[in-house]
Amino acid sequence: MISGPTIRKDLSNNLRAAYARMWVRLRGSNRDPIALASEIGLPILTIGAYVILYHAIGLPASAGAAVIVGGAMIAFWTNVLWNMSSQWFWEREQGNLEMYMVAPVSRMSILLGMALGGSLNTAIRALGIVLLGIFVFQVPFQVRDPFSVGLVFFLTLAALYSLGMLFASLFMLYGREAWNTANLLQEPVYFLSGAYFPAIYAPIVPFGLQVAGSLIPMTIGLDAIRRLVINGASITSIWPEVLALIACILILFPLARHSLNYMESLGKKEGRLTLRWQ
Amino acid sequence: MELLSETHLFLGPGLKRDLSIETKGLRRLFKGIPGKGDVVALDQVDLEVYDDEIFGLLGPNGAGKTTLIKILSTLLLPTQGEARIKGLDVVKQAPQIRRMINLVSGGETPGYGILSVKENLWFFSQLYGLPRDFAKDRITKLVDQLELQDYLNTRMAKLSTGYKQRLNLARGFVNDPALLFLDEPTLGLDVISARHLRTLVKGWIKTGGKTVLLTTHYMAEADQMCDRVGIINHGKILACDTPQRLKTKVAGGATWKIEITPNLSQPESVKSVQGVLGLSQNDNIETGITTLKLVLEDESVMSDLLSKIRDNGCKVLNMGKSEPTLEDVYISLVGTGLEE
Repeated sequence: MISGPTIRKDLSNNLRAAYARMWVRLRGSNRDPIALASEIGLPILTIGAYVILYHAIGLPASAGAAVIVGGAMIAFWTNVLWNMSSQWFWEREQGNLEMYMVAPVSRMSILLGMALGGSLNTAIRALGIVLLGIFVFQVPFQVRDPFSVGLVFFLTLAALYSLGMLFASLFMLYGREAWNTANLLQEPVYFLSGAYFPAIYAPIVPFGLQVAGSLIPMTIGLDAIRRLVINGASITSIWPEVLALIACILILFPLARHSLNYMESLGKKEGRLTLRWQ
Repeated sequence: MELLSETHLFLGPGLKRDLSIETKGLRRLFKGIPGKGDVVALDQVDLEVYDDEIFGLLGPNGAGKTTLIKILSTLLLPTQGEARIKGLDVVKQAPQIRRMINLVSGGETPGYGILSVKENLWFFSQLYGLPRDFAKDRITKLVDQLELQDYLNTRMAKLSTGYKQRLNLARGFVNDPALLFLDEPTLGLDVISARHLRTLVKGWIKTGGKTVLLTTHYMAEADQMCDRVGIINHGKILACDTPQRLKTKVAGGATWKIEITPNLSQPESVKSVQGVLGLSQNDNIETGITTLKLVLEDESVMSDLLSKIRDNGCKVLNMGKSEPTLEDVYISLVGTGLEE
């Protein structure tokens, strides 16, 4: 039986590891000025182009606002995909995965550190996009229930990063195909979540795509946040989305943990865990 | 397999040394090329390594050294048999084992290029839950010991290969493990860095309760550093004892060094001479002289041997009997030198 002090020590060690990995992510990203500029600047250009296009074809200002929110939120998906899920691949190539596996900490705490660091970095990018919308394009936002905005934002990130952890377990064993898989997961989610157009649930979108989109936490969270900050909705009208996001977290997080353990065990069995240049 | 005699495992009557590593019938298979069957990386490996011991594992590439270290460091599962670290099973009790071990692989440079030496060491110290001030002190000591002071704030990406390797070594000591795996740690290191490492390891083991499992290609390194040495080839441990005792076993025969020019065109023909236990051939490209190291059953085979060398079109420049070295032990067991 594991004693209380051992559990406390393990928890403390894992929190230290998570903090350290978060620190590496923050320090590493912000030390490279070109990466920082491209992280913040380039997405702003894409989002700006959409806002100008929607304005030019005479769509209401709320369409521009929807794209601003979509652009800000989808940045987190990009971060999940490239800076967390596929990160195991790079860590293995650098020889770091081996060190993580030999260390007495949970893989989940390393991923948690990546998630926290990544989400803080991405928050800067997302904030840049929102400020662009407010001050340059003057898109209208009306927030009546800031608590619900914060709640949905937090739940969406928790669900997204849990999904990221689940994918990370797959990338643990992947070789070069990790690139293609990450690409395969990027654009469809951009499209299905409706990041660059006002709503996936618009009548023009086929029902099948709407169903597929609804399975992605980003779609659910994005739709709820748009209604909260553009339409001025409150928690009473978005509670189904809140419940759906909670359900996503409750399913995805334990699944990710189970999958990480399974994949690690499979990797050790097949000898693929530390195999390079696959 | 020749294991150390039972009496050597005791410090005195009733005082048995604690086992740090124990493997029984350890076997590991890897999937081979389709149609060619599985590759046997380890085959029925029985090994015992004790506390306060530097144990060296010598073997050619593909002998199974790294596979054994990966199993013992919980990175790989055995196909059969069992392995224990401090009495804990590597399969069932991996989390507990990880608190006591660390691993340094030569030629590897884990860490983040964008972070400095100090930052990288701090990061790895946090994977072992070291409190901040404690970690700081430990890092300062390691940096001093490995003479990394001038590079403390240099990004890892800007370090030379040798200094990256020193950083890797410092990382291996950061949690002051009870058991340290050193997988060819001096690979690619300059002479001074390699000497630093040996001094560091030998000093560290004296602090008590520590064990080092070292794999190396360098015979002199194993001879100088290791309390005991295991010679492994094709996944099997061929011999296991102190370097001195291993050498004594070979001393019963004869070890000869013969300089020839040019090199042997058909070394197999020399090896096949009755009474030749092993042969290694070292070519000096600059002088064109090849040095043969031979381990013979006895000296009566010498005339047959010399005539075979001449049949190869070689001229004998110099020859003499030599004191047996660990390399001679290796040659007599494996049949060739490590470099071949």
